[in-house]
Amino acid sequence: MTGLYERHPYPGKLIVVEGIDGSGKSTQLRLIHRWLEAAGYRVFFTEWNSSELVRRAIRRGKKKGLLTPTTFSLLHAADFADRLIYQIMPPLKGGMIVLADRYAYTAFTRDVARGVDPQWVREVYSIAPRPDLALYFRVPIEASLERVLTGRQKLKYYEAGMDLRLANEATESFRIFQSRILELYDALTHEFDLKVIDAVRDIDEQQQVVRQLVMDVIRGVEPKKPYERQSLLRQRPAVQKNGRA
Amino acid sequence: MKDSRFYGNGLPYKKTAGLKGSLIVIEGTDHVGRSTQIDLLKPWLEVEGYAVVSTRWTRSALLYETIAEAKAGHRLNATTFALLYAADFADRLENEIIPALRAGLVVLADRYMYTAWARNKLMGADPTWSRSLFGFALVPDLVLYLKVDVASLIPRALEGKGMDYWESGIHLAFGTDLFESFCNYQRRLIREFNALAREFNFTTIDARKSPEYVQKKLREHIGDYLRQRKGAAQNEAAAAQPLNSSNGARIEHAQSAGASGAIQHAPDRAQAAK
Repeated sequence: MTGLYERHPYPGKLIVVEGIDGSGKSTQLRLIHRWLEAAGYRVFFTEWNSSELVRRAIRRGKKKGLLTPTTFSLLHAADFADRLIYQIMPPLKGGMIVLADRYAYTAFTRDVARGVDPQWVREVYSIAPRPDLALYFRVPIEASLERVLTGRQKLKYYEAGMDLRLANEATESFRIFQSRILELYDALTHEFDLKVIDAVRDIDEQQQVVRQLVMDVIRGVEPKKPYERQSLLRQRPAVQKNGRA
Repeated sequence: MKDSRFYGNGLPYKKTAGLKGSLIVIEGTDHVGRSTQIDLLKPWLEVEGYAVVSTRWTRSALLYETIAEAKAGHRLNATTFALLYAADFADRLENEIIPALRAGLVVLADRYMYTAWARNKLMGADPTWSRSLFGFALVPDLVLYLKVDVASLIPRALEGKGMDYWESGIHLAFGTDLFESFCNYQRRLIREFNALAREFNFTTIDARKSPEYVQKKLREHIGDYLRQRKGAAQNEAAAAQPLNSSNGARIEHAQSAGASGAIQHAPDRAQAAK
């Protein structure tokens, strides 16, 4: 299987965002989601580590410090596979637009930074179709740290790579761990043709660039008919968090 | 670059040099008597002077509940099933098997990755993908395969806990009749195991025979293996000695061992550890 290296045959479009924590990728994706829905497209949203299937195992593993780099990787892959089956593939086959906050590339950076074999994790994710557009929001460590810290003051244990014992102090650990991830992302941009967005720029400037790229990709996808839009808007919130309802 | 002790590229972040213990796997389909046999092997090995620990499929602290829940909820398909099995296995490998091997214990594993490969294939997972998931797995020192046919499995299943949903492969829609489905699924599973036994040189034991016979055979094979391993380790230790030893007799012993080629029988693990 070479899913990530070949164009998928389905009528829908898959758009994913990648980047380290605090790169602003989720904000950008949310704006894309709103914009596409307002334009009348059927849009499905899915996010990393959100399926019911393994949520409890991941949470328990994290809390008790039971996770090794390999089980961490496999549990996230199981989460991904579950979302692939239930959330990504059906709309993609049905000709709709799927937006994914993080994709296999997150595993190729995070899990490899934790020490798993790069070839092995690529094989694990060979079940994934290649996105039609993969946006990588590149931001320097200091900018990301500042954003993450102003948001919630405290760094999360695994986000800072504290499980790797890189440093005693969370901020320093975050710097080392996320720097490794940044390097790995840079290498991926060539391997998987990720579109690099300068995430230091203002949000609206980035969004303009991103919308242009999205527009190029969704050409040919049919928006909803006017009578479909109204009835559906009443039933569904504009932006929903799948799997967490 | 590739470490021969592993099926694939192994666990690059983990120190795995000097695993002194032995990893012995008992494989075979449902109801074939694996756990009964392991329960009998443990006290025997202890009498023989070996410290033993056993590990069971899907019993990891991390995933036991998740797998049970997911099975109950029917949310699994071939892909997620395969990934959860692999995660369960990885958890036990890193937290139970490798530490025990490092401490020099004999590890008896009730099922190994071969079970996952056989089941995943029947569920429709891509076989190449399903195998590549286990690239981090240690290759066992000895795989003992309890081989049966469906006919001898039927009474054991019925007299035991009965034919259950998963063992009968109802999820694969082989039919609505539990008995038919059980036979069909188990027949296919056994065929997969037989193919794996050929490919990976399992030591096969005829498990249609009595539990006493199976236990006797298991002890023979395990005993042979452990003696051979002990001999190889002693030769190796002796071979490492002579350069700075003034003991002439020992040098002679080491040389004769080398000449007889005994060292070549040392398992991969001992070789790699050097």
